[in-house]
Amino acid sequence: MAREYAKTHKEWEKPLVELEDNIAKLKEAARKEADPQKKQTYEEKATKYQEQCDRYVKLMYANLGDWEKVLVARAERRPYTLDYVQGLFNHFTELQGDRLGQIDNAIVGGPAEFQGQPVMIVGHQKGRNIQDRQMRNFGMARPEGYRKAIRLFDMAERFWMPVISFVDTPAADPGVESESRGISEAIAAAMLKMFELTVPTVAVIIGEGGSGGAIGIACSSRVLMLEHAVYSVIPPEGCAAILYRAPEKAPEAAKALKITAASALEFGVIDEIVPEPVGAAHRDPMGAIQLVRTALQDNLSRLQSKTPAEIQAERYARFRDLGKFAIR
Amino acid sequence: MPKITKTVQKVPKNVERGTLDVLATKPGATEGAFLQCANCKKIIFTAEFEENLRVCPYCGHHHRLTAHQRIEITVDPGSFVELDTEVQSVDTLQFEGYQAKLDSLAAKGENSDSMLAGTATIDGLPVAIAVSDFAFIGGSMGSVAGEKVTRTLERAMELRIPAVIFCASGGARMQEGLLSLMQMAKTTAAVAQANAAGVPYIAVFTDPTMAGVLASYASVADVILAEPKAMVGFAGLRVSKQAGVGKVPDDFQMAEFVYKHGMLDRIVNRKEMKSTLGGLVRMFGHHLREAA
Repeated sequence: MAREYAKTHKEWEKPLVELEDNIAKLKEAARKEADPQKKQTYEEKATKYQEQCDRYVKLMYANLGDWEKVLVARAERRPYTLDYVQGLFNHFTELQGDRLGQIDNAIVGGPAEFQGQPVMIVGHQKGRNIQDRQMRNFGMARPEGYRKAIRLFDMAERFWMPVISFVDTPAADPGVESESRGISEAIAAAMLKMFELTVPTVAVIIGEGGSGGAIGIACSSRVLMLEHAVYSVIPPEGCAAILYRAPEKAPEAAKALKITAASALEFGVIDEIVPEPVGAAHRDPMGAIQLVRTALQDNLSRLQSKTPAEIQAERYARFRDLGKFAIR
Repeated sequence: MPKITKTVQKVPKNVERGTLDVLATKPGATEGAFLQCANCKKIIFTAEFEENLRVCPYCGHHHRLTAHQRIEITVDPGSFVELDTEVQSVDTLQFEGYQAKLDSLAAKGENSDSMLAGTATIDGLPVAIAVSDFAFIGGSMGSVAGEKVTRTLERAMELRIPAVIFCASGGARMQEGLLSLMQMAKTTAAVAQANAAGVPYIAVFTDPTMAGVLASYASVADVILAEPKAMVGFAGLRVSKQAGVGKVPDDFQMAEFVYKHGMLDRIVNRKEMKSTLGGLVRMFGHHLREAA
């Protein structure tokens, strides 16, 4: 019989959340209890369950399957780009518009200061409620998002600011409007621009690294990836539709596509895995943000000792070498 | 050659026939005297069809070509030298069915993967050329195709000659996962290098030019040509529809639609492709020849 898979992170984490709710109720009951003996029993029970729960969380997140990684990467409570921006940077000033007549809200960007140093930020942004999600187009950028990114990359180059990209998109927008305005050209042109830069560039895959939509802003000198993020050439659902002619077999496809940070590191696609706090970024956003801070600091300082020519040449060499084939 | 009249609608029962798009991808399968156009369903003499560069004489439908057929009708006779044949795909992900697919294609003598690369001359002028082969796993771009595109552009830079790339691909090769996605970045990086080196690069979109190929090296060429009615788009129509796209224009994701929206320079009939390329190569490559 086929294994049953959860479809959303909420569904998958439900037993854990229920357990946590019950522990919270028990603690509340202990707090309200007047009888000292009963109070102590309640407290002991709560502590015992809490310890069990902590062990459970640790175990669950240490052994995530490929599909579970997809669910965690898509989790609603997971920190999004603007959460990182708020936690890591000062004076972020969002800039908007492609100067060709369009705006996009699925890619946000602008200058900010990272530990006193001006940097340029570009990142995908998802929404948490229905209105927000629609406004952000579910994190699926339209051509104007990439064209805005090109403007920002260009300014970063002229004003000597390192570029930090945050990648978190299911895919680029596939609609008729986006096709009409040249979504493919916009992505390709954004990549081209990234290869022309002589300033240090660092990309962090924080959630979903969805194919062309992701790589469009991730052709960076250093590519970092959060422990539970995913990076894929095609969404597992799309792959399952082609491979098994059944989109519901996405979990099998996720496994076949090797979309985890560990695989990406093995193939040389990313340079570093940024660890997440116990129970993933959504259970401890501040912890996750601090870990990203350390990784960014580390990578930026390493890049800043290089000359512009070295930065450009090394970035090219990094991507030139990607691919696995036999010579015979 | 026998004269065809439009009254020829019935094919004798003992004659081999089939729809062209199937046959066009199988060299040697067109030996029968008659073929049926998959687009207009009319019956065509094979000889006339070949003479017409595999364009239906009735409806003008540009039937797909294999990479070898494309080379044959595009470059000066005998000028093509295939290179990079030693680069072969490997099943890095151990993806279900991939190795078997590669083996069966190898057994058929297909050793160029989805990309035929090398040098040739067009109207006597040397070019670095690459042609994708839709017949090989949908022309999909894996590590090998990405490497060949990159080498083609590098060859153009090294020899100081223009690069011409014919696209015919469903996109990135799913079976090589992330490594295929990285070919988008790698090939685009090579275009950036070619731009800096002052080497002209011309892309031709043929049926179909889609997804990961369109969204990388194909769309950042200096000049982009396309064959009439070639399918050109980012997401498959099915994906667009899944994403809640209800009604689409009649010419959606056709070369004509893409042209209308300013994303390519010219739609060129197959018969005029060689002379158009020849002219572009001559004009855009003048500084390279003068420096040599």
